[in-house]
Amino acid sequence: MAVRTVIPFGPQHPVLPEPVHLKLELEDEKVVGVTPIIGYIHRGIEKAAELNSFRQNVFLCERICGICSIIHALTYCQGVEVLVGVEAPPRARFLRTFWSELSRTHSHLLWLGLLADALGFESLFMQIWRAREMAMDLLEMTAGHRVITSTCLVGGVRRDIDKEMAKEVDKRLVALKEVLDNTAAPALLHDPTIKRRAVGKGMLSKEQAELLGAVGPTARGSGVAVDIRQTDYAAYKEVGFEPVVEPAGDSYSRTLVRAREVYQCIELMRKALAMMPEGEILVRVDGYPEGETISRTEQPRGELIYYLKGNGTNNLERMKVRTPTFANIPTLLVMLPGCEMADVPVITLSIDPCIACTER
Amino acid sequence: MWMFPTIIKNLFSRPATRRYPFKDIREPFPGYRGRIYWDASKCDLCGDCARTCPADAIEVSLENRQIKYDPFRCIYCGTCVETCLPRAINQDKHYTKPAANKQEELITISV
Repeated sequence: MAVRTVIPFGPQHPVLPEPVHLKLELEDEKVVGVTPIIGYIHRGIEKAAELNSFRQNVFLCERICGICSIIHALTYCQGVEVLVGVEAPPRARFLRTFWSELSRTHSHLLWLGLLADALGFESLFMQIWRAREMAMDLLEMTAGHRVITSTCLVGGVRRDIDKEMAKEVDKRLVALKEVLDNTAAPALLHDPTIKRRAVGKGMLSKEQAELLGAVGPTARGSGVAVDIRQTDYAAYKEVGFEPVVEPAGDSYSRTLVRAREVYQCIELMRKALAMMPEGEILVRVDGYPEGETISRTEQPRGELIYYLKGNGTNNLERMKVRTPTFANIPTLLVMLPGCEMADVPVITLSIDPCIACTER
Repeated sequence: MWMFPTIIKNLFSRPATRRYPFKDIREPFPGYRGRIYWDASKCDLCGDCARTCPADAIEVSLENRQIKYDPFRCIYCGTCVETCLPRAINQDKHYTKPAANKQEELITISV
């Protein structure tokens, strides 16, 4: 007779970069039920955003998530720009696209490294993180910081990339692609260890993904072609964008989506730099935010939504953030039941949980 | 098989990491947002920096002609540097040095 036990997985666990608690119900080694519990790192950022002035909030929003900080700032700035009635100049939109994609590159490489680490594939983890270091150097070179870039402002961007730097960036991007071609790509495509741990594990069908409202690579790994970059924010329409979709719906297809997106990001960045028009990068913002708006962007993990409400003063009346991991956690309730206990870490990691984002 | 060229290359190449406390880190890129310092002869105590600072790291006292700057509260965004009209605040590309205890910096403005 099968013995039913409850095993707490997390909030502190070697494979989890951030604290999420999964209460696993097991029958022998098989998972039959799971209850995700969050609430370990709530920081009260939404309340803090009501107390700061709307210009200072840009720097606060960046700190919601360390890995996709530029995209948080971008989403916030886009929302406030609607409320104050200004539009970012074209060059700023291209620069925003460039930094968004650079941030996506480093986030996906970080995740691919973490996946290799969770599988116990230490050498691949080190190879991928060495490649990621090239992306981090690019961030430091173009934005002035490795993690918190602080480049977005309401009305445009703060820093410009001149022709000389663009040439250097392009050279480094080609080098990054070459490194990935030699290390990460063959490992992810051909390695039998990765395939045995990921293929067919954590299945999420297209219907279930749509039903549970999955976003980002989790949805695209199940064949749902949903990507907010199709809705034409920043300069995605000009550079041309097609979402990466894999139909299988298992952990492996989610991995492939992210790996292919890294290549796509490199192409998008090179295109954005090449097509960037001349002109100013920051417009003057007079007046205060008034009214309400919803701003949406595509984060490395999926769709990010900011709801902003201004009342004509220097402070916002309300800022609400819906992060992609919050939408992706319910998919674990479908992926985990039926799998072995030993597969839980890899499947949990396959949605790329960012809990600090989720709880704000 | 696919990792074989990488293994051979790694055997004969330098390590990717740096032995930090014993050897210096690489020079930061130009334009890196590092240490923030005041040029006391240029400051006119207008207080724009303190008003725009997102982290409330700067306090301007008109009576004492002093600026209190907390490098441990500072987020090194560089807003104060951009705001400062007389260009009294500067930022260079070097990291702030680690310290044993948290202490605010006091800058006295001489005129």
